[in-house]
Amino acid sequence: MTLEATLLIAAAIFSVGLYGAISQQVVVMVMMGLELMINAVILAAAGVWWFLAPQPTGQVLIMVIIAAMTLEMAMGFAVATLLHREHGVDMTDMATDLTQ
Amino acid sequence: MRVITDIGFWGLGVVAVAAGAAVFYVDSMARATYALAVSFIAVGVQVLFLQQNYVGVVTILMMVMEMAIMAVYMVMFMGMNPALVPMSMVHSNKAALGVAAATFLFLAAGILLVDWPERTGSPPPDVTRALGEALMGPKMLVMAVISPVMVATIVAAVVLAAHRTRYDRFGDDLKRHTPDDAQPGGVGR
Repeated sequence: MTLEATLLIAAAIFSVGLYGAISQQVVVMVMMGLELMINAVILAAAGVWWFLAPQPTGQVLIMVIIAAMTLEMAMGFAVATLLHREHGVDMTDMATDLTQ
Repeated sequence: MRVITDIGFWGLGVVAVAAGAAVFYVDSMARATYALAVSFIAVGVQVLFLQQNYVGVVTILMMVMEMAIMAVYMVMFMGMNPALVPMSMVHSNKAALGVAAATFLFLAAGILLVDWPERTGSPPPDVTRALGEALMGPKMLVMAVISPVMVATIVAAVVLAAHRTRYDRFGDDLKRHTPDDAQPGGVGR
């Protein structure tokens, strides 16, 4: 259990999430990729906090990351719902409103 | 004891990565959601290993609830059941794999090559208590800023996702006398 091990695991999770965010067609699956990437950031931040600078206030930053993740989920689902209502679309390839 | 901790930590890491990969591998949307939940729980327990009890437990509790709701959304948004009609739901798969692998190699190189500094300071005796005191004391502004942002998110998400609101029925200035409904209701129809 070292800093390098923690960061390596976080990097692996981040890369898997990045793959999903780039490759998935369904909007909600893209969001799951983004979630996975933030999951990795939580682990990396927790590792850096514990192994490098365990001051009491450092944890507050992790709380901010978790809050950012919930906001991303809420707004993402709202936009996905709007997209589905307006166009009946659930794929990123079909949501090309801004290119027209 | 240290060996057991190491094995547990690495095991959880493998579970977290494998469950994360399963999200994009399994056919069923519900299974993908629960795979993501498993990945989050594994990371939450790893955070517990790193002695941050509050953050770890919050991550686990929040993600289990979030994924329970997300499973419903996933089923709602999918027009068909991919477990019954297997089909590829990916685009530019090879490019995505390449980018992901390159990102991992880049990050891993940085992680292994950087000369990490020594730990400065020592952890407080009760980490959770220290976090609580930080949030209620010098770092209160952080939570005070997050709160209105969360309220704004709730309002914005409801406005975006709502099908018909009072502005659709009574006009932008809310001054229309009779609401614009598909099926007029009330006594004077």
